[in-house]
Amino acid sequence: MRPFQVEMPDEAIADLRRRVVAWRPPEREPVDDQSQGVQLATVQNLADYWASEYDWRRCEAKLNKLPQFMTSIDGLDVHFIHVRSPHRDALPLIVSHGWPGSVIEQLKIIEPLTNPAEHGGSAPDAFDVVIPSLPGYGFSGKPAATGWDPERIARAWAVLMDRLGYTRYVAQGGDWGTAITAAMGRQAPSGLAGIHVSFAQMVPLVMLGHIRNGEPAPADLPDAEKRAYGQVAFATYHRGYGVIQGTRPQTIGYSLADTPVGLAAWLLDHDTATYGHLAQLFAGQPYGAITRDDWLDNTSLYWLTNTPASAARLYWQQAVTGRNFYAPADVSLPAAVTVFPEEYVQAPRSWTEQAYHNLTYFSEASKGGHFAAWEQPQLFSEELRAAFRALR
Amino acid sequence: MAAETEIRPFRLDVPEDAIADLRRRVAAVRWPSPELVKDRAQGVQLATLQELSRHWMAGYDWRACEAKLNALPQFKTEIDGLDVHFIHVKSPHADALPLIITHGWPGSVIEMLEVIGPLTDPTAHGGRAEDAFDLVLPSLPGYGFSAEPGETGWDPGRIARAWAELMRRLGYTRYVAQGGDQGAAVTDAMGGQAPPGLAGIHLNFLRQALGGVTGLPADSEEERAALGAINTFRTSGSGYFLEQATRPQTIGYALLDSPVALAAWMLDHDTDSYYKISRAFTTDQPAGNLTRDHVLDNITLYWLTGTGASAARSYWEGGQAAAHAAGQAPPQVTLPVSFSAFPGEIFPAPRSWVEKIYPRVIYFHQADRGGHFAAWEEPQLFSEEIRAGFRPLR
Repeated sequence: MRPFQVEMPDEAIADLRRRVVAWRPPEREPVDDQSQGVQLATVQNLADYWASEYDWRRCEAKLNKLPQFMTSIDGLDVHFIHVRSPHRDALPLIVSHGWPGSVIEQLKIIEPLTNPAEHGGSAPDAFDVVIPSLPGYGFSGKPAATGWDPERIARAWAVLMDRLGYTRYVAQGGDWGTAITAAMGRQAPSGLAGIHVSFAQMVPLVMLGHIRNGEPAPADLPDAEKRAYGQVAFATYHRGYGVIQGTRPQTIGYSLADTPVGLAAWLLDHDTATYGHLAQLFAGQPYGAITRDDWLDNTSLYWLTNTPASAARLYWQQAVTGRNFYAPADVSLPAAVTVFPEEYVQAPRSWTEQAYHNLTYFSEASKGGHFAAWEQPQLFSEELRAAFRALR
Repeated sequence: MAAETEIRPFRLDVPEDAIADLRRRVAAVRWPSPELVKDRAQGVQLATLQELSRHWMAGYDWRACEAKLNALPQFKTEIDGLDVHFIHVKSPHADALPLIITHGWPGSVIEMLEVIGPLTDPTAHGGRAEDAFDLVLPSLPGYGFSAEPGETGWDPGRIARAWAELMRRLGYTRYVAQGGDQGAAVTDAMGGQAPPGLAGIHLNFLRQALGGVTGLPADSEEERAALGAINTFRTSGSGYFLEQATRPQTIGYALLDSPVALAAWMLDHDTDSYYKISRAFTTDQPAGNLTRDHVLDNITLYWLTGTGASAARSYWEGGQAAAHAAGQAPPQVTLPVSFSAFPGEIFPAPRSWVEKIYPRVIYFHQADRGGHFAAWEEPQLFSEEIRAGFRPLR
């Protein structure tokens, strides 16, 4: 386990800026909304800010104030942030990010989680926080061979927590983090007491079959299930990035390694609600706690570590397992779920209870979307406190 | 004569600094880490693209392509508010049958350059005067030197109407149409619209089968093989199709800012053409006419015209048209239809499928060689197919 500090060479930052300044825009989309993808005005706003006001060194300084480490697990270098609570009996928690995220998403929940008394909470709700970069993402190593699917990552995370001396801990995740966290739940390593996910994997297999056949939702489904069905069908048939990364990660990899503006556009296009907020953000509107600098910290991290291709390969690896991302998590350990109102799938309680066999906590939050921890750090932290209180 | 139907001669003259900018970007390419597999299972292979970039920098010469194009009669004319670029070569033979050929994605008029001779001047290319064609090769809206639509709605049906107007404007009262890939959608639409003058169509791609094979028989070995190939494509090879049909603007940023990104995206169309193009670069063994330089001619055209995003939009338009027509059968093509099946195509179209979709099939043949870019790869063989396919209509 080695301490780690970020220090990108000046030339890398200068090269990034040169490429952003020299970007060659396409013509404007012939529609007045996002129906053909990320809008030119949004990309222009982002590129202008990135080239003129954004400063990567600020991000570096922020990261380097945190305890960061590197350790080798299962042949791969794993980067992680590890912040211990000042409180005794803090519950250790490992938080997994997803795509197009990184540890950057979690920075604002570190303080509320490790030091709750100073953030509207109380000492008994304190956590020690471990925030790793997924294999192929951020500062972690890039796998040199296939096989790093969520199950393998989950095993590595259990090794990490064990290596940190934790004999009892919990795990949390959204996006790919939910798949990894659920895998940990199914593997049930001896120290894992329970999990929380901000994205529930819960679509019954028979429903996934209907979706695969392009059928509409069965007429007799309750409204909440019908809505989730439609949202998963939409994600299946309209989220090109998922299919591209799941089948051609190398092909898109060339785009994402050679043009930072191309990369930025790709990362903006995760889901409808998030894109809408980001378009507004770069036009000068607020997006919860996420600032333009925050978003560009994340985008710049992908660029400077040259990880978009290796990050995309996780989609390919998942496809190889044959497991549908939306299939029931099948976790029997205590599980907590928070449904954020702007997440791109609204998990109905009925399906969630079938997927998480020991559902100890189910909450529908009032605010927040796909990047809930990043956008609503206070609310997110309160959800985790509430979710894990029973396990203390 | 009304100014808006004027046909203007056209020549390209790409500024030197556009070519210098292209070379600079290729030289400054930043590579991702290599793929983790030994084939194209994760996409375009790094070694292939590095060889392509090497040749693009060192041996390739755009001006040779420019000269080739400028040696041909090129024109522009405004149709339905859009400037359409086309090549128009008249046969030296009397009674040549006028033929409009539509390219697809990721193609262009460049795919057709080597069939001009065999089709317009058959006696100089192993054929007979009776099989001569006048040839019209337009660039699709948003591709090549045609203008990029600034509004939505340029779906295959609208393009088909524009092509009928083009042939009318050229003074043709009896003609035929041909197409593969997106060009097959346009040609099929022309067949359904049956404009006055259109005598028949030829296709080398059965695009209806890609949209989910319902109603097409899956009994014979041939039919099951086609179904299997389609399933494979839809499972692992159609990502570009979905991205371009739903988010053409999103992928457009990379396609305009990085020539290497554009090249990768264009190389990844289908298994057969990918491996042929890959071999052309890594072993310098081209597949027929699909040489390194010809491939780069096409990619460079997309780059210099900045049409990566606008070309992608043609998939969005096709998707919109399909969604709006959902549940309604398209107008049936009652005109004569000829079909050539090339062995390397995405899926081998069985005769039974062609006959199920088109009531008047006057010609069906399975060629010996060639894939998705049949005209480009095997211009002589393709020309023979066209001659044979349209012979009954003379």
